[in-house]
Amino acid sequence: MSEPDHPTLVERLDALYEYDREPVAKSKLHGGKTFIAMFASEHTAGTEFVLGPLLVLHGVSAFDAVVGLFIGNILAVLSWALICAPIGVRERLTVYWQIRKMAGPYLTILYSAAFVLIFCLLAGAMVSVSTTAITHPLGIESPNYAAGDTLPSLSWAIVAVLIGIVVALLAVLGFDKIAHFSKVCAPWMPIIFFVGGISCLPMLGVTSLGDFWQAANEKIWTGIPAEGQSKYGFWSCVGLAWLCNASQHLGMGDVTIFRYAKKWQYGFASAFGMFIGHYMAWIASGIMCAAYIATQTAAGAEVNVTPGNIAWLGAGWAGLVCVVLAGWTTANPTLYRAGLAFQTATPNWSRWRVTLIAGGIMIVTACMPWVNANLDRIVATYGLFFMPLGALVFIDYWVFPRMGLRSNFAEHRKLLLSWPAAVGWLGSYAIGFLLYAKDNYAPFAGINDMLPELLARYKADSFMQVLPAWFLAVGLYIVCSLIQQKHTAK
Amino acid sequence: MKAILKVISYLGLALSLIPGLLVFAGTIELETSKNLLIAGMLLWFLTAIFWIERTSLEDEES
Repeated sequence: MSEPDHPTLVERLDALYEYDREPVAKSKLHGGKTFIAMFASEHTAGTEFVLGPLLVLHGVSAFDAVVGLFIGNILAVLSWALICAPIGVRERLTVYWQIRKMAGPYLTILYSAAFVLIFCLLAGAMVSVSTTAITHPLGIESPNYAAGDTLPSLSWAIVAVLIGIVVALLAVLGFDKIAHFSKVCAPWMPIIFFVGGISCLPMLGVTSLGDFWQAANEKIWTGIPAEGQSKYGFWSCVGLAWLCNASQHLGMGDVTIFRYAKKWQYGFASAFGMFIGHYMAWIASGIMCAAYIATQTAAGAEVNVTPGNIAWLGAGWAGLVCVVLAGWTTANPTLYRAGLAFQTATPNWSRWRVTLIAGGIMIVTACMPWVNANLDRIVATYGLFFMPLGALVFIDYWVFPRMGLRSNFAEHRKLLLSWPAAVGWLGSYAIGFLLYAKDNYAPFAGINDMLPELLARYKADSFMQVLPAWFLAVGLYIVCSLIQQKHTAK
Repeated sequence: MKAILKVISYLGLALSLIPGLLVFAGTIELETSKNLLIAGMLLWFLTAIFWIERTSLEDEES
């Protein structure tokens, strides 16, 4: 008999998620307004103050930004509405159980462990954003990664550590209250983004709507990258907007949310998150960034594009409060989820202990300027890593029955690990990563010599790489499943 | 009481939005706008916290 005193890792993981093992009851389903509010608040975060400026610094043109982000956000909404929400509503299970049924418990553990790391990293990025706002009025200069700062000053690090400790303690002690406070912040924060952006336009010579497009091309999104930055173009904008949340829509992470939806059409509620947070807020913070660079350059002062500096320029104290809250309210639930996932691997540890350890990793991350300076690439990489499992869930659910294959084969055969899912997930990630790394990371440059000419000439976009990886994951999974199920049937 | 709080909250939001438009139109200075934003922020947070409900997806819809 399997002993309750020493349960296995799989049993502990199952026990932790036991409460949501059953599909959500009808009485607990929510209407569309809940999803509109949730998407609008969750996707207006501190990192919007980082990603908008990154597009400016990477030299996208005005057309790339305005049209590319628009198309990318439309594609993101369609991914939520047509790929993620229908399975969430039909199955009404969390992503944990959805993956477990298809891939088996071992891959689910790997998925959870990887999520701990990425959640800590993202929470650290949020703390770093908040720190730039709090240090601004204290006269403490934020690290300038573009100028070569690889570590912050001691005083900046102390503030970051203090903020991190507060975030970690609140994640342990008062998560419900923070969740409520996040709802209160939600209608106000997008207004501050908008006001910050529009208030900066006169600094760029825009005094009427008719002036905007010319200034957008000549002074905001000039098409010329800042010194030391790579060049981004139209497809980078489409890809970033579409795939920065790839793990949640194509990767199926949000089936956990849509299991509470009355209709799959509520997937379109994601438009409120995308067009407020990832369109208006990115454009507004891009404008603030350009105005900040112009005013600093004109004054002969040091240019250090940080969320605190650009928000202060456009909205003053309200802007700084917005940066702090945008970072803080999203760092808290992120750290809370990291603690939850981390707890599965630490059998007898209490929630507070694992959350504080995750908080420690978060604080270290917050003190690394490299993270926010490369946040777009980090987001692209983790999207590439988590997305394939969602692609497999999608194919397993919709296509396998039509091909005469058994869906959720791992659950059906009580397998601890589905090897076709492992090959599809890790194989597609590895290939996708190497195709990008061969042209972007020196240690991988030799790969080009081993590839056929067609692949050697292929230049992967860090964002759009998710798309071929989706088809690669699906192809590998189908072929391996055909072998597995044919072999097992004999 | 709740209705009054809501009215004040929405005034706070308006006070957060309108100054930016006025700066763009050249009607007020940026520094004036920043002061008005502080007032709007205080009005919003000091009132909205009392009437925005604390529900989550896990709660049953009433």
